[in-house]
Amino acid sequence: MVHDSLTKIVEGNLTYMPKRYDYFEHKADVGIIGIGTTLPEAFEQAAKAMFNLMYDVERVRPLEKIQVECEADSSEELFVEWLNALLAQANIHELALGEFQVKQIKGFQLLGCAKGERLDPQRHNVKTEVKGATYAMLKVEKEGEKYIVQCVVDV
Amino acid sequence: MELKRLEKVNDYEWLIPPAGEMKVPVRIFASQQLMEEMDEKVREQATNVACLPGIQKASIAMPDAHWGYGFPIGGVAAFDPQQGGVISVGGVGFDVNCGVRTLKTDLSLEEVKPKLKELVDTLFHIVPAGVGSRGQISLSGKQIEYVLTEGAQWVVEHGYGIPEDIEFTEDNGKVNGADPANVSETALKRERKQVGTLGSGNHYLEIQYVAEVYNSQVAEQFGLWENQAVVTIHCGSRALGHQVGTDYLKTLAGASRKYGIPIRERELVCAPLDSDEGGRYFSAMNCAVNYAFANRQVITHLVRSGFEKVLPRAQLIMLYDVGHNTCKIERHQIDGKLKEVYIHRKGATRAFGPQREQLPRPYQEVGQPVIIGGTMGTESYILVGTESGEGKAFASVCHGAGRQMSRRKAMKKWRGEQIVRELSEKGIYIQAHSLAGIAEEAPLAYKNVTAVIEAIHNANLAQKVVKLKPIGCIKG
Repeated sequence: MVHDSLTKIVEGNLTYMPKRYDYFEHKADVGIIGIGTTLPEAFEQAAKAMFNLMYDVERVRPLEKIQVECEADSSEELFVEWLNALLAQANIHELALGEFQVKQIKGFQLLGCAKGERLDPQRHNVKTEVKGATYAMLKVEKEGEKYIVQCVVDV
Repeated sequence: MELKRLEKVNDYEWLIPPAGEMKVPVRIFASQQLMEEMDEKVREQATNVACLPGIQKASIAMPDAHWGYGFPIGGVAAFDPQQGGVISVGGVGFDVNCGVRTLKTDLSLEEVKPKLKELVDTLFHIVPAGVGSRGQISLSGKQIEYVLTEGAQWVVEHGYGIPEDIEFTEDNGKVNGADPANVSETALKRERKQVGTLGSGNHYLEIQYVAEVYNSQVAEQFGLWENQAVVTIHCGSRALGHQVGTDYLKTLAGASRKYGIPIRERELVCAPLDSDEGGRYFSAMNCAVNYAFANRQVITHLVRSGFEKVLPRAQLIMLYDVGHNTCKIERHQIDGKLKEVYIHRKGATRAFGPQREQLPRPYQEVGQPVIIGGTMGTESYILVGTESGEGKAFASVCHGAGRQMSRRKAMKKWRGEQIVRELSEKGIYIQAHSLAGIAEEAPLAYKNVTAVIEAIHNANLAQKVVKLKPIGCIKG
């Protein structure tokens, strides 16, 4: 049987942009990819990919701000921590998040923030809730000049 | 899955004998066709589970098994703490105690049909669902603790249900050993406003009817009859469970290194059951188990209030409530001895046979009702647990149909509006918070639930009792 889970879907002409997000197939859930010229940029793009599964991130206005601080034992685990910390904060503050910023990554510690507004199911075009970012197919890599980060999120 | 690497035990059972680091064999219950369609990853993940310390008898996979996180979804494994047995987040899942609850009505299909649209619209309005939904109850600090330690029992005591609801809930709606001190502050904050919410994804609230009776004697014992209208609720522990999973994945990753447990896949991280980390995860997970029971109980109360408005004469009484993402302490016969073991059921439903004292009295003679949800638009089944299933699979069966198409492929293939229209032509009325969510959950994105149920029935892990067909569905 062919593993469709490994087939990457490239979304339109986003391929040529240095900073972008993308998805890959997974049978039960969804794989997210963040690409950037720096590691923080790749983390930010992956966050966009994840929140865009829940609603259209482009429709979210940056009216309120939340702070995120996390640490882990490796870059890979830090990436998952960042995503899960954002999910938790969005949930606690009942916000839809649309803009993400990683201010600093020092060793395996991260300082970041995100902006958004109160979720409006109609205006934000709600989709499916993401339960958590997982260690499945987790990667934090540098390929040439690009940083690529990815993992499967449980929906 | 390539079958040449497996031994065929019979038409519905396949075996991978222990090799290398495997401590026990892998047993997969499925027909040849389901085996051929099954993901190769199931074999790989079930084999990894078979290598874990203290595993008993076999690493088991159900006919609906698919690629999961460490454990396959549809995976069952028992561990003995006396033999270095472990506990794993991957063996429970992020949505702790996600499960199904079926309520019987005293109405027939014909009595509900004229009011169906009004009923579904009313329930859609009353039962919060979808991304970011909040419940009608906002819990204070002390109240949260009660929900986590007392589960459905606490919410019934506070007016959200009747005592009989508790009697017909697995574990009477409350598991012991749940200490909120082991649940993070973040998890507690996330939970405050979510009790009594359905969630999204594959969770649903359905109005169904009994379309076919296979075993009239057991159906009678369960109080089910042909054309009877029933209501099924499928949901779990919401953000609290997700946060417990997230928090302890990190804790158990550390524990795996600390105790030198060889981990073949990152999501399979685990801790010895008798370690501090393992104990804390079990306790936090039990809090989430109780929360899920409470959640389904509050939704039951909301469903009753919806019926009260539209069909005020209707009585809604519990058939049963059973989870399918759990780790539980149970007694099972292993190598001729009755042993207390920790059973992980990841996407697998407990299915006790007759004579289990944990079952409500009316079911002790026949066995536990086992509720297997289909997908929106396809049938669901009520089965009954068997003695044979106790021996073969630690009293466990499948939990649903299992996906056969990824969410993204489904989204590209179908539009929500089209699915709603097609189902409406079949007489199924859908109300959803997200049309994109509907496309992801399209019935054809799932395996054929009937083939999965036939495999369970023929392997005698449980026996078919009735088939349910949906007429109304509410999605997040």
